[in-house]
Amino acid sequence: MSTLSIRDLHASIGDKPILKGLTLDIPKGEVHAIMGKNGAGKSTLAKIMAGHPDYTVTGGDVLLDGESILGMEPDVRARLGLFLAFQYPMEIPGVTIANFIRAALQARLPEGQELEAVDYYQKLYAKMDALEVPRNFTSRSVNEGFSGGEKKRCEILQMAMLEPSYAVLDETDSGLDIDALKIVSAGVNALRGPNIGMLVITHYQRLLDYIVPDKVHVMSEGRIIHSGDKDLALKLEAEGYDWVEKEFGAKAA
Amino acid sequence: MSTETQHDLNIDRSVGDFSYDVEYAYDAGVGLTEATIDYISDVKGDPDWVRAFRKEGYRKFLEKPMPTNWATKDLDNIVFENIRYYLAQGQQPKRSWDEVPDEVKETFERLGIPEQERKFLAGVEAQFDSEAAYSNIKAAVGEQGVIFVGSTEGLKEHPEIFKKWFGKVIPSGDNKFSALNSAVFSGGSFIYVPPGVKVKHPLQAYFRINAQNFGQFERTLIIADEGAEVMYMEGCTAPKFETATLHSAVVELVALKGAKIQYVTVQNWSSNVFNLVTKRGVAHEDAEIKWIDCNIGSRLTMKYPGVVMKGEGARGEVVSIALSGDGQHQDTGAKMIHAADNTTSNIISKSISLGTGRATYRGMVHVPKHLKGCKNNTECDALLINTNSRTDTYPAITVRGQGNAVQHEASVSQISAEQIFYMQQRGLSEGAAMSLAVNGFVNDLVQQFPMEYSVELKRLIDLEMEGSVG
Repeated sequence: MSTLSIRDLHASIGDKPILKGLTLDIPKGEVHAIMGKNGAGKSTLAKIMAGHPDYTVTGGDVLLDGESILGMEPDVRARLGLFLAFQYPMEIPGVTIANFIRAALQARLPEGQELEAVDYYQKLYAKMDALEVPRNFTSRSVNEGFSGGEKKRCEILQMAMLEPSYAVLDETDSGLDIDALKIVSAGVNALRGPNIGMLVITHYQRLLDYIVPDKVHVMSEGRIIHSGDKDLALKLEAEGYDWVEKEFGAKAA
Repeated sequence: MSTETQHDLNIDRSVGDFSYDVEYAYDAGVGLTEATIDYISDVKGDPDWVRAFRKEGYRKFLEKPMPTNWATKDLDNIVFENIRYYLAQGQQPKRSWDEVPDEVKETFERLGIPEQERKFLAGVEAQFDSEAAYSNIKAAVGEQGVIFVGSTEGLKEHPEIFKKWFGKVIPSGDNKFSALNSAVFSGGSFIYVPPGVKVKHPLQAYFRINAQNFGQFERTLIIADEGAEVMYMEGCTAPKFETATLHSAVVELVALKGAKIQYVTVQNWSSNVFNLVTKRGVAHEDAEIKWIDCNIGSRLTMKYPGVVMKGEGARGEVVSIALSGDGQHQDTGAKMIHAADNTTSNIISKSISLGTGRATYRGMVHVPKHLKGCKNNTECDALLINTNSRTDTYPAITVRGQGNAVQHEASVSQISAEQIFYMQQRGLSEGAAMSLAVNGFVNDLVQQFPMEYSVELKRLIDLEMEGSVG
């Protein structure tokens, strides 16, 4: 039951099918990675799970601890414990990070209950220190004028504060230099544990040197075509994707 | 979601829609004639010069055409014959909190004015309908020689100061609605701050309309003598009624040499109110006048706070936020008249249009040819929530001569579906996400409001955005 389960998922944007029968289980306590070429549908999968309105699910299901989330609004899914670290986090002018995260936490409380401000800031500062985020960060507007590294650190900070039960990290390594990559990875690793399942979507093996996955899946044309352990990532880095696709093609034929 | 955001906007305006039965001790009846004006003058015990001033205003009101050649035709829907021009609970403004009628207290309660703030009302004049229901000058302010009374009391008790400035900044014939106000004004504040006195606490006035077909015509005059400083705050919310309500105030400010006046308004009229207000200040040498203005609600608001910079080195500023909900029109802006060398003006305007709401910015900046060293900065930013929302900008900047500098920037933006998705992914409902984004848009201006107002303002925006998304 404690699994984020994607069952034979089909989805399209307009008339164009993007996901064509994708199945994947991410149990709590594990970190899975999805790799694949550009255009394989990796980021689309992340958005569909989160409930992006541009996509239509045409078949299959996504179950969070056994409960189907497909009919739910994006915010309901989020409050249920699903977190998406965006590849391109949006700017929200005039809304400070502190207020944004506070509003997100407040949204999780029952009506009439107020978030305790002192506790909140204590926790926020502790998480910021752990992520090596400077204190003045909190008074800046969400993602406005941030460098690529700052945006990703801000995503991980939000994840640390919201404590999701499942997190999807979409190309979290994109736009990061090696130092930022190390900090962000350390942040993600610090959050690993028995109470969270993670799905790391990446284009490059590099990220998986720092966030070592329990399982690696190869995605192509809207499906998972191959799965393996962490060594699969190294092999893909060395040999490319062609061999997987050929193998899968042969199996399908 | 994005498509729903575009179409399903039903503003929940039930919040703040409430009224209590209040017995009106005086009532001028419906419609406006010379007899109505005599009635008002009799009831209020006006001196002869005020009665004459009212009658002159009445004549000008009849003469002046509706400004529909440049403004919205919606003005033609005001039926002057159906309006009550004078109502009062009693002749004397109330003096202490204990004397305030329970209905009024209940109204404050419903408005969510915090307990602390209600205590702060000890230094506050709160107007209820056309007479001040509650007025208590804070001891400290009185000790400094500051006069803070209702306009009726002001003109009777302090004629030597009142008469000198009254109707001088905004002559009764300035426009049709200033003429109307001159004819039937009642309520509003009169403030005089003696030379060099810096009033520490903002002077506040709360008021609300609470009668059907009742026009509220308050008249405020504030004079800051040389080197004096004062901040005045007014805030209004009104219950909703079936028929249109007219509110037409006149506010005059005089800042003598080196004086500073800040005038803060947070206004949330119900969506059937015509709010047609004339506000202007004269800033003498090195004086500063700043209008901080927030307009939420009303059917139509027309308000262009102005500053005439009469003395060298004078400064004028208008900071305004306008939020137009479904079916509402906020037609707001600023007037900056440079009339001396080295004068500086600054206009920052932000508007938000929801649903079929419409926001119009009208700015006038005038720098005549013979002046030197004048500067104006104008920024107006509009945020549209829906594709059928509307915003217009009509800047009229006349700058003649050399050595004067003008800057004008305008922008129109929308909250994108991707921004909303991002915020929803963090657990905020679509409405909460919208609200947060809108609050973010005006955040830098909200910070310029006094603390208690910025909190109230945020709450008003939240209420307005609540249920605005289907």
